[in-house]
Amino acid sequence: MLENLDALLLARIQFAFTVSFHFFFPAFSIGLASYLAVLEGLWLKTGKSVYLDLFKYWLKIFAIAFAMGVVSGIVMSYQFGTNWSVFSDVAGPVIGPLMAYEVLTAFFLEAGFLGVMLFGMNKVGRKLHFAATLMVALGTFVSAFWILSVNSWMQTPTGYILGDNGQYLPGESWAAIIFNPSFPYRLVHTVMAAYLTTAFVVGAVGAWHLLKDKANPHARTMFSMAMWMAAIVTPAQIVAGDMHGLNTLEHQPAKVMAMEGHYQSHPDGAPLILFGIPDSEAKTVRYGIEIPKASSFILKHDWNAPLAGLDTVPDDMEPPVPIVFWSFRIMVGIGFTMLGIGLWSLWGRVRGTLYDLPWLHRAAVLMGPSGFAAVLAGWITTEVGRQPFVIYGLLRTADAASPLDAPAVAASLLAFILVYFTVFGIGVWYILKLMGKAPHPGEYGVKRGDVGPIRTAGITPGPTQNPGGEEPLPSASPEKEPV
Amino acid sequence: MDLTVIWAFIIAFAVFAYVVMDGFDLGIGILFPTFAAGRERDRAMNSIAPVWDGNETWLVLGGGGLFAAFPLAYAVILPATYPLIIAMLLGLVFRGVAFEYRWRDPGHQRFWDMAFTGGSLVAALAQGMTLGALLQGIEVVDRSYAGSWWDWLTPYTLLTGLGTVAGYALLGSTWLIWKLDGAEQDHARKLAIWAGGATIVLMGAVSLYNIALNEEYAAHWLAAPQIYWVAPVPIVTAVVSLSLLHGILNARNSKPFWLSIALFFLGMSGLGVTIWPYVVPPGLTIWDAAAPERSQIFMLVGVAITMPLIIAYTAWAYWVFRGKVADEGYH
Repeated sequence: MLENLDALLLARIQFAFTVSFHFFFPAFSIGLASYLAVLEGLWLKTGKSVYLDLFKYWLKIFAIAFAMGVVSGIVMSYQFGTNWSVFSDVAGPVIGPLMAYEVLTAFFLEAGFLGVMLFGMNKVGRKLHFAATLMVALGTFVSAFWILSVNSWMQTPTGYILGDNGQYLPGESWAAIIFNPSFPYRLVHTVMAAYLTTAFVVGAVGAWHLLKDKANPHARTMFSMAMWMAAIVTPAQIVAGDMHGLNTLEHQPAKVMAMEGHYQSHPDGAPLILFGIPDSEAKTVRYGIEIPKASSFILKHDWNAPLAGLDTVPDDMEPPVPIVFWSFRIMVGIGFTMLGIGLWSLWGRVRGTLYDLPWLHRAAVLMGPSGFAAVLAGWITTEVGRQPFVIYGLLRTADAASPLDAPAVAASLLAFILVYFTVFGIGVWYILKLMGKAPHPGEYGVKRGDVGPIRTAGITPGPTQNPGGEEPLPSASPEKEPV
Repeated sequence: MDLTVIWAFIIAFAVFAYVVMDGFDLGIGILFPTFAAGRERDRAMNSIAPVWDGNETWLVLGGGGLFAAFPLAYAVILPATYPLIIAMLLGLVFRGVAFEYRWRDPGHQRFWDMAFTGGSLVAALAQGMTLGALLQGIEVVDRSYAGSWWDWLTPYTLLTGLGTVAGYALLGSTWLIWKLDGAEQDHARKLAIWAGGATIVLMGAVSLYNIALNEEYAAHWLAAPQIYWVAPVPIVTAVVSLSLLHGILNARNSKPFWLSIALFFLGMSGLGVTIWPYVVPPGLTIWDAAAPERSQIFMLVGVAITMPLIIAYTAWAYWVFRGKVADEGYH
């Protein structure tokens, strides 16, 4: 029995580790694919080379991020079976088709057009190339649609019937399964999170190069675009997050109780605990800083509305409160900091000093990875918050695992940790190296191979376009082939 | 027609598409060290750089499709072959990132070339051994894998693993005959002769082993009246093998590649005859493991609509990058 418990814990750690790592890449590439489509579209519309340069600059980064996303994603598609075979067997008839649709409508679309997007600019016409970019961007979004539908069904399962063999089977309507109650909220909240993640990365890179040369037109353009996103999407994201929370309160109240740190019920108005240290043994939040009745106001829009606490939930159905409590606060804290950056940039824009605010630029650099942290914290909130269930209310995580021995899972977990940290660590390092170079006129694409003659004319910057900018020498650059 | 049978053929098609399409990618990875660092390797890799990702997607369709159409088989096969699947996934990690990393870091290009080869080799071997582990039978009790965790390692699975490595090397080398020219094409031709010979020998060995493996498999081939139906498979295979060897020696274009695909098609057909009607021998037939009809129909609609489109735009992507790999990358 003890051995089973160990194998279970190891399998949970392995899934958490591999899915968290994987999630970073789509969180970035969903937004980046759309950003690339916008850049290419603007180039086609305006003919301004700055957009083409930025397109090629980010395309190289996209190629690396996408490759890491693909290889870490294949791991996920097999891990349901390798480590969660009971779950796969009983849930397969319902969620399997959704994942098959993801492959058919999203993965093939992305992968099929990726080659043309990366390497085909001189092989097909401009419009056809733009169409390929759009298809890749569409594919990333469609992928999010299906996989979040699957995840949402596991959180708020509807539209199923229980089969004689113990499987969950599809009921009359597939729409009831796909558009389960939490799906629309989760989709909007997650896709906007991906857009914000990308926007803050782009903003940080733009700000970094503005700090080195505030006249760099490429840095200006990308910084300005990213700050528009921060100013517009962050408030929308906060509203969407609030609505998602209300939806969770309706369908998974125990998760919200853990997020709020409400161990006890509050019959006449629950306080909003800003900070504190949850103690699940004593069932209380120590050293809490509270705003009286504010939680009832946020969740019920009534200062005096009663709110049930975890004392109404049996102990064996209670999620681990401290993790959920803290990850939720990290996510919200980052969200409001993003809002602050967005407002700061609006203030600078109104005064015409957007490119002359070094402290804003420094803050934006610091906020570069913030989207990843927020996405991960939000993911932990929702995934840990639905424990101890893997299919909420139906199948416990403890009952869903494969019949594997602990040493087998321990060995694979160790291998994943070693390989992911080295391989993806190096990939991130390559991305940071690319970001460290200033975008410049005549930016290279992702074409490769040093077999052709080096033509320097195409990458010589105009004399006034890039004063003081760091122009890498062609011979020192890893990509030697002009486009 | 029975939906479960249709789905068995769809999964078989996805697996075949994967084996052929990622097979030549992995084969090039396996053969990569035999090409000289620099121009030769760059050309070999550039011949697949625009298409490998799409090729690999068929693996996700094979796995995802199995999950959706035969969830019980998915839930049994993957735990039974756990170390192989993990090794394959990690191999594919190294193989996949090497496509990008080797260009990003010229100082460590040799290292990423090794990762490209090592990852391809491990993935190919693991896939072939998984196939062998499935064919030799998986013990199932109460809808769950009931064997030990070394069942997948036998002389037979090693044989199927080696056969797959040789077969992928054949696909990779004949692809390169098509896409390269000059001295590099001659080099690919030499590789293809060795890989083709090894593939034919190992395919024959696996076929004989299958018949010896259990009586039911043998009956599928040798008992009357089936023998009259299935006899053409080995005969056609022999003819294709001879034309393949002839094509490798003489052809300058795609002919050896198409004949290699034909050989794989015959091999997979043979495996189909052997294993039918089981999805997990010896206990689970395709009907035992099938998803309910409502799931099958829903997915079939999706396949009917999307598959022609997928094939069309995949073919278009190949068309865009048609012809010999140019000296200066893609121009």
